[in-house]
Amino acid sequence: MNLLKKLKEDIRFIEGLNACINCGTCTAVCPAASVSDYDPRIMIDSVQKANEFSIIEILMSNTIWYCGECLSCKTRCPRGNTPGYVIQALRALSIDSGLFIESEQGQKQLAIKRTVGDHILEYGYCVFIDEIDTEMYPEQGPIWDWLKENKESVLARLGANYNKAGSGTLRLTSEESLNDLRAIFKETGANERFRKIEEYSALKAKEMGISFTKGKDDYFKTLYNE
Amino acid sequence: MITSKHYIMNNSIKENNRNKSWETYQKDIADDNYYFARSCIRQNFFPAAEELFLKIISKELGKDIFDDERQTTCTGIAYHSGVIPFETTMTVVARQFALMTEAGYENFVCSCVTSFGIYTEVLETWKHNPSKEQEIRESLKRATGKTFQIPKNLVHTSDLIYKFREEILSKSKFRLLNKLNGEPLRIVDHIGCHYAKIFPDKGIGGAEFPYVLAGMIDSWGGSQVDYPERRHCCGFGFRQYLLKSNRGYSISNSKIKFDSMAPYKPDLIIANCPGCTFFLDRWQYVIAEMEGKTYGENGYGIPVLTYEELAGLLLGYNPWDIGLQLHQVSVESLLDKLGVNYNPLEKYKGLNGEDLGKPEMPNVLKCY
Ligand code: SF4
Ligand code: SF4
Repeated sequence: MNLLKKLKEDIRFIEGLNACINCGTCTAVCPAASVSDYDPRIMIDSVQKANEFSIIEILMSNTIWYCGECLSCKTRCPRGNTPGYVIQALRALSIDSGLFIESEQGQKQLAIKRTVGDHILEYGYCVFIDEIDTEMYPEQGPIWDWLKENKESVLARLGANYNKAGSGTLRLTSEESLNDLRAIFKETGANERFRKIEEYSALKAKEMGISFTKGKDDYFKTLYNE
Repeated sequence: MITSKHYIMNNSIKENNRNKSWETYQKDIADDNYYFARSCIRQNFFPAAEELFLKIISKELGKDIFDDERQTTCTGIAYHSGVIPFETTMTVVARQFALMTEAGYENFVCSCVTSFGIYTEVLETWKHNPSKEQEIRESLKRATGKTFQIPKNLVHTSDLIYKFREEILSKSKFRLLNKLNGEPLRIVDHIGCHYAKIFPDKGIGGAEFPYVLAGMIDSWGGSQVDYPERRHCCGFGFRQYLLKSNRGYSISNSKIKFDSMAPYKPDLIIANCPGCTFFLDRWQYVIAEMEGKTYGENGYGIPVLTYEELAGLLLGYNPWDIGLQLHQVSVESLLDKLGVNYNPLEKYKGLNGEDLGKPEMPNVLKCY
């Protein structure tokens, strides 16, 4: 795979990188830079200078996974670059090439795929109340435990249509709609990306000696928690 | 020599710039007949908010808005977390447009700032790359047999509340005034990055002076809190929040905002984006439990509402019928200041007054 060529064909890369003058404006507004070891100016500069060898290093690094996709950088870059878009293209290529599995942060994509990714095809939405508990999301707080314990009664009081056919809040998405989503995922490469995430992760789990099956298995828990 | 006349002039130039920006970044918001798209986060974490929004638009304002049972997510959270290709997102968005077209609508309104960013980004991408639009049309057709028209008008739900803010005011029972001292309530607005930072000309007031929530505060009698980190991200970070191991990203960014707004002693935070509303509510709870620090008065937090929840309160809806008991930060301090007559005994009741007991109280953050 010619990685640089592939990167340069990605529409997010084309729209995201013109020419960087290394001014650092993006870094100044970047929430990821303010809380982690990440600097969009350096990232963009290294991509701008990349050759076929150094791009591999970038795709194997933790760096490309620290961005929070807030896109504050898009408003501010004086050269019309969008570091957050370049990151999207790099992440896509990192998964496509299997290199994501070489970084700790990249490996964690399995946990994202098995939560929001799978939820879309199961519920029609990225998030669904039944999948959220205070063990995985302790910040939900005691009010969430109370809601979950009493969800039928509380949600009915609030006018939701929880788990029922028809329209409304938290309704059951119809099989027909889910089938449309499944067909779109198959047609447009999401299934393929899901498959790659699962397959490379299975190999990594084996190498690390961690049990790998499906759902919230030991490998998922390790990635999600640590 | 700088005279007081100069000083006043300089200030009015500043004011002028802001007003100019608000004039430049006006946006076209359709008058009626909307196709409504739900949010993943809003319907789960604020499960009364979207029904309330629909009620305000249809019952209070007499507009036509269609809540389609066939709609789905826009996939935005998965896309911004890197597990879904852009082509998939574009095709799911195309399906939503197809549903709108089939239902006979042309005005699309979505209930999530991430979705608003997604829909706008897709339309802008197609504008720059017509061949991409063609490719997605073909993908959608192959996958679902559907075709679509591009919406004539694309807005966020808060844009509608903003547009009709004076009508809402005329029906309101309360103003954003503190009954206890007669002062305007001090209100923090949080816009959400994807509302106007990606495409400033698509948001009311642009990226510099977004006016969508500030306009509601001004019209309804409150006073805006202008604090240093007003435009900073809440810290969702998509994959960063979704992983427990990375969640420090999220709370650290919210904390930057709380610490910056605290000296202004806000009575209320209102947020545009369902994710931001959630984080600004829940991270106050976590910071209290972890560090013993609280940001509201007397050990409570600063109440955080969505714009439709605020509109609902002013219109006189019972706070416990519009889901305000599901915020971890108690809203009672705000209700008392507004003069809302609420029954504390109804707060934790279920359907038909069913007694459901009370949730556990946090150790540090005081709650009702
Ligand atoms: S999109 Fe990413 S790189 Fe850009 S400002 Fe946000 S976190 Fe930083
Ligand atoms: S703001 Fe733009 S030009 Fe400046 S360093 Fe960042 S990407 Fe480069």
